[in-house]
Amino acid sequence: MELWEHYYLPGTVDEALTHLAQYSGAARVVAGGTDLLLELQQGHRPPVAALVDVTRVPEMRAIGERDGWVYVGASVTHTAIVASPLLTRAATCLVESCGVIGGPQVRNVATIGGNVAHALPAGDGTISLVALDAEAEVAGPSGRSWRPMAALFKGPGQSAVDCTRELIVQFRFRPAASGEVTAFKRVMRPQGVALPILGMAVWLKSAPAGGSAPVVEDVRIAFGPAGPTPLRVVKTEAFLKGRRLDDETLSQTAQVLASEVRLRTSPHRATSEYRGELLGTLLERAVKLAAYRAQTGDIQPEGLGLA
Amino acid sequence: MAKLNFTVNGQPAEVEVGENEYLSDVLRYRLGLTGTKIGCNEAECGTCTVLVNSTPIESCIYPALRAEGAELLTVEGLAETWQRANGNGKSPARAGSPWEGLHPLQEAFARGGAAQCGFCIPGILIMSKALIDQNPDPSEHDIKVALKDTYCRCGGYTFITNAIQAAAKTIRTGEPLPEDLYPLPETKPPMNVVGRPLPRPDGLDKVTGAAKYTDDFVFPGMLHARTLRAKYPHAIIKRIETSKAKALPGVHAVLTHADIPGRNSHGLLKPDWPVLCAAGNKVRYVGDAVAIVAADTREIATQALDLIEVEYEQLPVVGDPVEASQPDAPKVHEGGNLVAHIVVRKGDVAEGFAEADIVVEQNYRTATTEHAFLEPECAIGRLLEGGRVEVLVGSQQPYTDRNDVSKALGIPADRVRIRGALIGGAFGGKEDIAGQIHVAMLALATGRPVKMLYDRHESLLFHPKRIAIAIHNKVGAKKDGTLTAVETELYGNAGAYASLSEKVMQRSTVHSCGAYEAPHEKADGYAVHTNYPPSTAFRGFGVTQSTFAIESTIDTLAETLGIDPIELRRKNAMRVGTVTNTGQLLHESVGLVECLDRVDDYLRQHAPERFVSRPVPGAAHKRRAWGIAVAYKNTGLGSGAPDKSSAEVEVLDDGTAEVRTSATDLGQGLMGVVQTIAAEELGMTYEQVRALLPDTDVTPDSGPTNASRQTYVTGNAVRLASRTLREAMIATLAEKYDQPPENIRFEAGLAHVNGHSLPMRQVVEIMKGEGREPRALYEYWAPKTQPLGTGGDMHFGYSYGVQAAQVEVDLQTGEVEVLRMVVANDIGRAINPLALQAQVEGGMMMGLGNALTEEFIVEQGQVFTDVLARYKMPSIRHMPELTSFIVEDGTAEGPYGAKGVGEISSIPTTPAITNAIYNACGVRVMRLPVDQDRLLLALKSGRKEC
Repeated sequence: MELWEHYYLPGTVDEALTHLAQYSGAARVVAGGTDLLLELQQGHRPPVAALVDVTRVPEMRAIGERDGWVYVGASVTHTAIVASPLLTRAATCLVESCGVIGGPQVRNVATIGGNVAHALPAGDGTISLVALDAEAEVAGPSGRSWRPMAALFKGPGQSAVDCTRELIVQFRFRPAASGEVTAFKRVMRPQGVALPILGMAVWLKSAPAGGSAPVVEDVRIAFGPAGPTPLRVVKTEAFLKGRRLDDETLSQTAQVLASEVRLRTSPHRATSEYRGELLGTLLERAVKLAAYRAQTGDIQPEGLGLA
Repeated sequence: MAKLNFTVNGQPAEVEVGENEYLSDVLRYRLGLTGTKIGCNEAECGTCTVLVNSTPIESCIYPALRAEGAELLTVEGLAETWQRANGNGKSPARAGSPWEGLHPLQEAFARGGAAQCGFCIPGILIMSKALIDQNPDPSEHDIKVALKDTYCRCGGYTFITNAIQAAAKTIRTGEPLPEDLYPLPETKPPMNVVGRPLPRPDGLDKVTGAAKYTDDFVFPGMLHARTLRAKYPHAIIKRIETSKAKALPGVHAVLTHADIPGRNSHGLLKPDWPVLCAAGNKVRYVGDAVAIVAADTREIATQALDLIEVEYEQLPVVGDPVEASQPDAPKVHEGGNLVAHIVVRKGDVAEGFAEADIVVEQNYRTATTEHAFLEPECAIGRLLEGGRVEVLVGSQQPYTDRNDVSKALGIPADRVRIRGALIGGAFGGKEDIAGQIHVAMLALATGRPVKMLYDRHESLLFHPKRIAIAIHNKVGAKKDGTLTAVETELYGNAGAYASLSEKVMQRSTVHSCGAYEAPHEKADGYAVHTNYPPSTAFRGFGVTQSTFAIESTIDTLAETLGIDPIELRRKNAMRVGTVTNTGQLLHESVGLVECLDRVDDYLRQHAPERFVSRPVPGAAHKRRAWGIAVAYKNTGLGSGAPDKSSAEVEVLDDGTAEVRTSATDLGQGLMGVVQTIAAEELGMTYEQVRALLPDTDVTPDSGPTNASRQTYVTGNAVRLASRTLREAMIATLAEKYDQPPENIRFEAGLAHVNGHSLPMRQVVEIMKGEGREPRALYEYWAPKTQPLGTGGDMHFGYSYGVQAAQVEVDLQTGEVEVLRMVVANDIGRAINPLALQAQVEGGMMMGLGNALTEEFIVEQGQVFTDVLARYKMPSIRHMPELTSFIVEDGTAEGPYGAKGVGEISSIPTTPAITNAIYNACGVRVMRLPVDQDRLLLALKSGRKEC
């Protein structure tokens, strides 16, 4: 059987939804396709009657700022995110996480919507959107609605968005305001594992500290894989609030984080013991980078292209 | 079907395409633009990269219809974009040169040695063009970012980096590319042709997309074939039912074991591998072939596979060679699981250990690894006139293929013709039969040309791998470091069929005592069948594995004794006068100490800290250190195997020369070597000589391309054939002009007879006029060798190598990075320093992958590494800074002194890296590849091994 029979390139969201409706569950949305087409090809998903390609929907390709929100279309490529001065300023962690996925050719086609729809607990861009407290606009037969990131996932690789009937149009989040910074860090291994061993995105709001380590006013930390879906570590966040980000705090926070998450062993990827050892390191690296940014205002993204 | 309108290389095109077709298939198979290659079908390797509206994408998983209205650029359009942008035909290349009109990237790649097997080059060129368009002066870092996931398995990353920067400069300044594009290590002064860094003869085609690999060929009426493979790693086939598959429209043939007219087996050492597994018999690994289908399209053939019913009775699976050696283990073959027990004895190790002041004993495990040649296997079978059959295939062993095909078809060998195409890398992985017999059978059954192309998934499942070995070794020494005894035991996972594993384990076992002389040596190697994919040759032929073990133990010994690791090695190093563990007296060409001296001198000058761990400024969580390792590796088959090669050289009517051999250029540059030698001997220029691809109807048997042997054996065959021809030409001219032979010489394609000169074509005329053919065939027999256990010369030559690695270990994550490599290789003589350096660098990169990134994982006989995404070879981002020294301690019988380089360049890399890791952080790597997980957990728990 063919992996798919028909291929549509709609120009609007409504047109895409019409195609999906016409196949009543037998068609599927495709964006970059760098995950989906391989899953079809390798038999991890059953063949579909049609693919509805949303990479030509202008509304879904836009990056913009209005009414106090930053909007990123679901069909925006990783390359476009990395190249965006707006996102570098407003969501540095998103740029950093999208800048380490695959090679340039993959980033040129892979989209942020596809990353989220793939629903991996350690999806790099996904984790950053979780830390940014983003919302996704989902369009379906009954219209459009904004959903929080946490409502988009059912389990590892299982999206709560039914991509045979609905599609993610765009994401929105509040841009980093004065005193707010973000950072992303991950650890990979060089053998044949395309997924990060651990990834972490941090959003930090701090008060000016005049040269010494900043004091946390508010913080969001997204982290994975540490469960079936991308995770916010709320106890760790609560612990950090009001504390000065010195080494003492960081080592205490690492302990809180270790008690909050349950790390698992992924065969041929990482043992839970190894992840446990990395936890503190990753927290220190991501939070320190955020603290450095808060102190210096230097938000130059790190590790783009090679991490 | 749908219409696709787009512009390709400036030309508007309208094509009918399937709605589910990928762009790469449309370009290659509908538009015939076969310059764009497909390496993996999963956007992992980058070979299929093209520009869509100036943006590089991987066309192998890019739905073709997405390109509607787009402007595409493929490698075929590269030269024209340059010409258009720079005024008609204006080129910085010298007018009349072969590079005229090319994009500067193309010239820089071809001339600067960046194109080797060439299969990755179209994708890399396109990525490089996109990079330079955006960034006219890219730094090394920028290039690493751009090419991060566009792989070159030949490992020519510094050549590529260098070529990109040179081309970028030419584009910025309009100045021609420099004459010497690549800085090469010092070698002996050149002869007329030998010793000069000449570009490879097929380089031009490889940068324009004109180079043809097997899948680039299309014949009228050609069918497409696929193979049904075993469902289980170990099972009895109860029944095979093909009627539904045969009934599928578009299917032309479905064949099983019952359709094999001749011998249903093949094998490089013994014919134990079924062509198609028979009902009533067993499948022994998941790559076993059960049935084959030829159909109008690949899709129909694939559908037909699903319609073939096979009933199995599953059998217990065995995966570990030590377990498989137990008496009650499942038997993979009726005769038992032991393929071979290799015994090496010198002196009496009990005595040696008794004399020792210190004994070190360790256990290691190496991984199964995958050649990952970027060109997957492909073969095309077709009928020739008179009922003969031809197989077009990129193979390391054309004549062995001919024999195996003829035996299976039950016809004489001369009714089979094997023709070679260009080969996109092999590294030992294209020695065994893949689809050769199957396409011949299907061509005979259908009367049509039949192509069988493996996709990456099938290639991974099917072809034999580097043998994983469990190694125990024990080394005894005096306090002053003098070795007294070395004892090793090795268990190799031979997999389901014999292939070359016996010979690989023999090489591994013999070399397991290291490049040293000890009075007492004992080694036992076992090759054992399991239900893994078979094991075969892979650059280093077993020596890579055992060298990792012995070089790790030698470093442990050095530390225990408190002796500098280089001093300990120098003290015990093989040199002229050494008697090896097989009883061979080394009487010449042992450049090991010289290699050690070169690396030692470099380190004394540039790394006075030697092997001591150093902190990294500004990164307290990191440590750096150097490590060192040495190795030796035989050239040629050795151990009593007849080792010969034939070559024919002819001067054609136009005065150019043609060289015919069946030695295959896998990317290593053999065609250039052969041309160089013929040109040197015939007194012609390099450009006046052309070497043919293998063709068993035209080119004589040159034996297999393995064992680092071809420069030596086929090099000698070409040298002696050319010399014979030159002497015949001299004799003719001497007679005709009544001159003594010493008054006749050849230079730059002219014959000089006593001050008078005439072109070669006239010499040909004169010879033919006298009824003499301007042609010579030479069958060269390499010096005789002795089988293992009989003493004497087990091999006719050895190459030696020393490598030092500087690594950086992240103590918080266990991550390892190789920063610098310093290597010295004794290869006898540099025939072509440019091709040689490519082998040196590529071998080192492959060794780095063996140390850090590569592992082919099989679980209970099922292949986990069944997609390229699960197998990482070294990328350009792993490329360390490389310093290379060439040592030319020539061997008297080698052509101009040359011996092998293909393998030695790769062997010491792994232990140099793992020794450096130990020196940096105090944890010794006992299992390959280095696992940052285990390394960090060892660091945190204070364990000294991981």
